[in-house]
Amino acid sequence: MADDLLVDLSRLQFATTTLYHYLFVPLTLGLAPYVALLETLHWRTGKDVYRRLARFFGSLLVINFAMGIVTGIVQEFQFGMNWSVFSRFVGDVFGAPLAMEGLLAFFLESTFLGLWLFGRDRLPRGVHVACIWIFTLGTWASAYFIIVANSWMQHPVGYEIDPLTGYPVLNDIGAVLTQPFALWAYVHTVLGGLVAASVFVFAVAAYHLKRRQHIPEMRWAWRTAIAMGLIAALGQTFVGDVLGVIVTDVQPMKIAAGEALWETEGPCASLGIVAIIDQEARENTWELSIPCLLSIVATNSVDGVVVGANELQEQYEEQFGPGNYTPNVWIAFYAFRLMMGFGLIGAAWMVIAWWRTRKERLPEGKLFWGISIWIVFTPWLGNMFGWIFTENARQPWVVYDMLLTRDAVSQISPTFLFISLPVFFLLYGAFAIVEFLLLRRYVIKGPPDDDEPMVGQPAPPRPAQVA
Amino acid sequence: MGLPELWFVIVAVLWTGFFFLEGFDFGVGMLARTLGSDEDERRQMLTAIGPVWDADEVWLVTGGIAIFAAFPAWYAALFPAAYLPLLVVIVAIVVRAVAIEYRSKRPGPRWRSRWDTAVAVASLLLAFLFGVFWAGIVHGIPIDASGQFVGGSLVSFINAYSVLGGLTLLSFSLAHGATFLALKTAGPVQQRTEVWAARFDVIAGALMTAFAAWTYWAYSRDDAIALMVGLLAVVAMLIALVANLRGRCLIAFWAHGVAIAAFVASMFIALYPNVLPSTLDPEASLTVEGAAASPYSLDVITVVAAIGLPLVIAYQAWSFWVFRKRITVEDAQRSHYA
Repeated sequence: MADDLLVDLSRLQFATTTLYHYLFVPLTLGLAPYVALLETLHWRTGKDVYRRLARFFGSLLVINFAMGIVTGIVQEFQFGMNWSVFSRFVGDVFGAPLAMEGLLAFFLESTFLGLWLFGRDRLPRGVHVACIWIFTLGTWASAYFIIVANSWMQHPVGYEIDPLTGYPVLNDIGAVLTQPFALWAYVHTVLGGLVAASVFVFAVAAYHLKRRQHIPEMRWAWRTAIAMGLIAALGQTFVGDVLGVIVTDVQPMKIAAGEALWETEGPCASLGIVAIIDQEARENTWELSIPCLLSIVATNSVDGVVVGANELQEQYEEQFGPGNYTPNVWIAFYAFRLMMGFGLIGAAWMVIAWWRTRKERLPEGKLFWGISIWIVFTPWLGNMFGWIFTENARQPWVVYDMLLTRDAVSQISPTFLFISLPVFFLLYGAFAIVEFLLLRRYVIKGPPDDDEPMVGQPAPPRPAQVA
Repeated sequence: MGLPELWFVIVAVLWTGFFFLEGFDFGVGMLARTLGSDEDERRQMLTAIGPVWDADEVWLVTGGIAIFAAFPAWYAALFPAAYLPLLVVIVAIVVRAVAIEYRSKRPGPRWRSRWDTAVAVASLLLAFLFGVFWAGIVHGIPIDASGQFVGGSLVSFINAYSVLGGLTLLSFSLAHGATFLALKTAGPVQQRTEVWAARFDVIAGALMTAFAAWTYWAYSRDDAIALMVGLLAVVAMLIALVANLRGRCLIAFWAHGVAIAAFVASMFIALYPNVLPSTLDPEASLTVEGAAASPYSLDVITVVAAIGLPLVIAYQAWSFWVFRKRITVEDAQRSHYA
């Protein structure tokens, strides 16, 4: 059917371009405050090690940010191009946080990034340091407004239905901006960014420490990355738990799918660790589970009852008529587990790494350094599986309990998508390679020599130096 | 004036800001590749826009979001109708941004020259296509009574009027970019761009005159205000030309600002009370009132704009003041970035 094809292609395009955009977001969120901290430390202490680290990680931040901002612009266009029915439907509510993001955050980010990058010699030191902090504030504010918009799609609040058009109309912006779902999802997102940046700094430090180069700088980076990573990961387990309880309350089907729970269970519902899922038969062929744990994580009580997908499906059919209201459980169940696994394994390894390098030790083992470097990819996988879980397990809704995804697409010819999809794949694929090679190049090069410009230009001639 | 009208004006202001600011970035992007005689000069030219181009582009993002937030029906009808042209726009935006950021990340001349070409082509496409886009909106597109777009995506935006709009914005960006470089650089680049600024002003002035005349005759005849706004665009371009001939680049720069504001205003006057005219049936046209968001929602974003917009203008002006110094080839070499 042409309609199904259009919906599938539109979803594929939005999902891939969003996940691609999200390759760059976490590192910006986490690395911006880290660089701001380094700039501040250099300003206050005058120690050269901070200046060199700020230059080094600042370059990496800028390379990463450039891609983040443009892939974000693409998303703003796509709401209208591919999801015009959605845009028309939610515009009255959804537009407000987007307008806030544009006027209060985007301008801040881009203007103060320019001031920080180019203003080193033109601004008083304190003002220059303030610029990178304001940039950081802009990136965090931007994330907040977009999470508010997304949370409204997950759990609509602060609206009434216009009797004439049937569209939701905003009537309480405060509720939209401060609903617990949005606030906790925001903290969850920022912590995800901090974990990613910590593991990134950790792996970069590992690369240089393994080669016994730039030792003073990289030791500092290594230690602070471990501290930041462990605190953020610890916070994340707490926040994840709070968010899980909220989601169980407002999106029970998402939790049922995420836990592959077909039949209502409880008190003392068991948590599946591994499961073979039969979506057709709406049951698990086999599963390995821990008794009572699901009740505890989903409701904070051993006696909690967790409603299964089959019962929810019946409720939905009663409320909205016949249809399939169950998301793909296989994806939901494993994306949920991979999110947690990849999200936390970096911090787990950091504990070991901290022990092995305590009291200024530098172990010899190739395996130790290899793991410390290659672990850099895990938080990215964790973040991406998190989005796959949260967006996939709320299907078939694009606006929860209000608008079905398949009703939200622009009625355009699928031919347009057969043109735009390859364009995005080629463009994004090529730039992903360029971006990765550039980052790798700068990581390998290490902190700049004294008078070397921050990016690009070869250093001016200077006397031979001791390596 | 109600809030829907106010937001109609705010949308016009945001797009004016975008064309005024990003206009010279587009121009510099095209001129760096063509007027810069070597890598050092190209670097000098791109360093002149280095600190500001990214923030200039945010005016586009905000201009788009303002349509989404204040006129959801306009946004929802317009963007799928312009699917393929907007796809080209998106690709050009991504390529251009990445090219400006990445050119300096490696020293090789081939690496840099390739990115410079990418910047030039993307800037040219963007300046042209945004002109086509807006003139195409003024001309109208085939939408039926339900606000649904019917008809081919690319062709409906391409007509003689919209192409003229595209060429007008393209030539304006070249003139504006050359003027900006004459203002912001020192040395041979400054002398060369000053001469070219006047030349481009002749072309841009002629096209602007033709566009203003067409807009008036075809879309706002007998409207005295429209006539005055059209004349203002022409006079401002004339002033810019004379100023550039006499080496008074700052006057020319601001005259360009007046001209582009009149250019956008003339199109919005031609549109009003519609936001998106239907070429099939005048009754099916989307209007300012009909496409507007709810009163409460408009209240909220009006407060946001009342706080945000003056702040944005203030700190962007400050940023321009911080980087007011003329850039020499040596400055660009010393610059840590660009």
